[in-house]
Amino acid sequence: MLKIKDLHASVEDKAILRGINLEVKPGEVHAIMGPNGSGKSTLASVVAGKEEYEVEQGEIILNGENIDELAAEERAHKGVFLSFQYPVEIPGVSVTNFMKTAINESRKAQGLDDMPANEMLKMIREKAELLEIDRKFLSRSLNEGFSGGEKKRNEIFQMAMLEPKLAILDETDSGLDIDALRIVANGVNKLKSEDNAVIVITHYQRLLDYIVPDYVHVLYEGRIVKSGTKELAHELEEKGYDWIKEEANA
Amino acid sequence: MNKYTEDDLREELKTKEYEYGFYTDIESDTFPNGLNEDIVRAISGKKNEPEWMTEWRLEAFKVWKEMIEPEWANVNYQKPDFQAISYYSAPNSKPKYDSLDEVDPELLATFEKLGISLDEQKKLAGVAMDVVVDSVSVATTFKETLAEKGIIFMSISEAIQEHPELVKKYIGTVVPQKDNFYAALNSAVFSDGSFCYIPKGVRCPMELSTYFRINQAGTGQFERTLVIADEGSYVSYLEGCTAPSRDENQLHAAVVELIALEDAEIKYSTVQNWFPGDAEGKGGVFNFVTKRGLCEKNAKISWTQVETGSAVTWKYPSCVLKGDNSIGEFYSIAVTNNYQQADTGTKMIHLGKNTKSTIISKGISAGKSQNSYRGLVQISSRAENARNFSQCDSLLMGNECGAHTFPYIEAKNKSAQIEHEATTSKIGEDQIFYCNQRGIDTEKAIALIVNGFSKEVLNKLPMEFAVEAQKLLEISLEGSVG
Repeated sequence: MLKIKDLHASVEDKAILRGINLEVKPGEVHAIMGPNGSGKSTLASVVAGKEEYEVEQGEIILNGENIDELAAEERAHKGVFLSFQYPVEIPGVSVTNFMKTAINESRKAQGLDDMPANEMLKMIREKAELLEIDRKFLSRSLNEGFSGGEKKRNEIFQMAMLEPKLAILDETDSGLDIDALRIVANGVNKLKSEDNAVIVITHYQRLLDYIVPDYVHVLYEGRIVKSGTKELAHELEEKGYDWIKEEANA
Repeated sequence: MNKYTEDDLREELKTKEYEYGFYTDIESDTFPNGLNEDIVRAISGKKNEPEWMTEWRLEAFKVWKEMIEPEWANVNYQKPDFQAISYYSAPNSKPKYDSLDEVDPELLATFEKLGISLDEQKKLAGVAMDVVVDSVSVATTFKETLAEKGIIFMSISEAIQEHPELVKKYIGTVVPQKDNFYAALNSAVFSDGSFCYIPKGVRCPMELSTYFRINQAGTGQFERTLVIADEGSYVSYLEGCTAPSRDENQLHAAVVELIALEDAEIKYSTVQNWFPGDAEGKGGVFNFVTKRGLCEKNAKISWTQVETGSAVTWKYPSCVLKGDNSIGEFYSIAVTNNYQQADTGTKMIHLGKNTKSTIISKGISAGKSQNSYRGLVQISSRAENARNFSQCDSLLMGNECGAHTFPYIEAKNKSAQIEHEATTSKIGEDQIFYCNQRGIDTEKAIALIVNGFSKEVLNKLPMEFAVEAQKLLEISLEGSVG
């Protein structure tokens, strides 16, 4: 699904990623953890194609294709989805209208006609039900006046609508109370399949109680310094990151 | 990475071409340049106007001669030489046509290029239009359907001949000849325009629509529109403009007067897309327009405008809320790009008791343009319990444009309630990236954000117009901003 080889990236000449190697196979869930400033969100942005980040070295390969040179929207068309840590507001554009535009743009890129309105409505209804979303919510302006929980739930709703191959959840648990966390995690679990993969970026172990990872990686100073199974997450929860830092600096 | 940067965006802004920049070669009957009493008389004579109309024009001309062009607006331009303009230009194939077949084929081709072919328009159920090419109305449709209800919808020249009592009674009552420099000029030389009268208690069954366009080089266009809604009647009026590309600036000085008698309602919607000049700021239309409506008791007037064109815009559709409980509304989207300058807004004059007004203004500036909102809310001493709500939002694209807000409030009655809200925002890179990540390219993302920003106003437009206006917004900023 995703292969990242020796990825180096910088922003405004400041090196942030310094040689990331990662392979994610279909059906897998990977968690990326690490202390603040280790490069977790940068990794998500670079894979999604945010233009401020300069890829200096290495490759990002999605389903056998090098996507380094592709624009963000082209990567999206190929099935990359990023659930944002801080989703932006777009006043006057309803969630429904936004999704309709996004889906039809992706279809256009694949040479398909717009999705017929009735099909779109049906899909919206199904996905809203799946994620326990009140449909009134969908006619509100995108993220405008949304609570933290609503924003994150809206991200997962979009993920459900776009049916990505690779979903990267950037700190989806931040700002969520335990109930919201459970709803969001359940949503992700329902969307998981043998054909897609999920990368969960998080500080804390608690999200991983709900979205259980196959692998856990620890990012520190722009490198993956340790990989393991979900037990590693528990260990981090218990012992913090200091021992990781010591090991890495040794 | 092959990414769309702000520099690309700026580059594209510069190269945005005017969509409707073509010139139709139609033989015209054009007056020599310059303005004097003889020209005014000649215009009036050409139209076989009655003596009172000629005198009215001459009065206006006398006043105009003594007036000076206003300079208070936040715009900079080379003032037109009023003696270098021809004040009358009519397509040569003069007599009105009974059917489209008789219309000059080149003219029809022009309409088609504009996407407003009469053929198509006729089919669009419920839309009657009076088409103004240069100065003379060339075709009017649906007249019969309207006549059954007693609705009069015709060119103002015809109305002067056929309904002189109505024209005489109302013309200049809302915008007097001496109101301002451009209104005086218009009063002296107006070439044609539309006239509409809705009888007592009649609800006009269709949207009335007029398309204006300037065609002949070096001719100013001086439209005069008069809409009268008699007691308890209702009408929705649409006005759309496009003009072909020209190097020299063209002058457009129109006057629109609306009269809503007791319990009447008038909705007046405009989509304005005159030639804005090229990417270097060369050429473009000067749009100096006076639009004002008068509300009697319980009457309501709504102005909705989508302004995307013209090099310089000077326009303040206003409401005089004379009658008690009357309502005035102003919904506006003004887009400026490249070197365009717009100074636009409204005046809400509260005279009656319990009068209410709402102002929603959305300004979008791109390129090196300057976009100003100028509004006056005036509450007179006898206007008990008057209320106003104003909201002025500005959206900026890039770092070289400007947005300005000049709200004036004059309240002479203590019971007045006036609210004013204003916001300024910039399309953020984060918003664009968010859209990109969902598979929406930058151009589409900007269209989406702009439409969202303008939604409250777009929603006020009649259906068929809203779609067109949305397209126009995209065209105006497309290539421009992505």
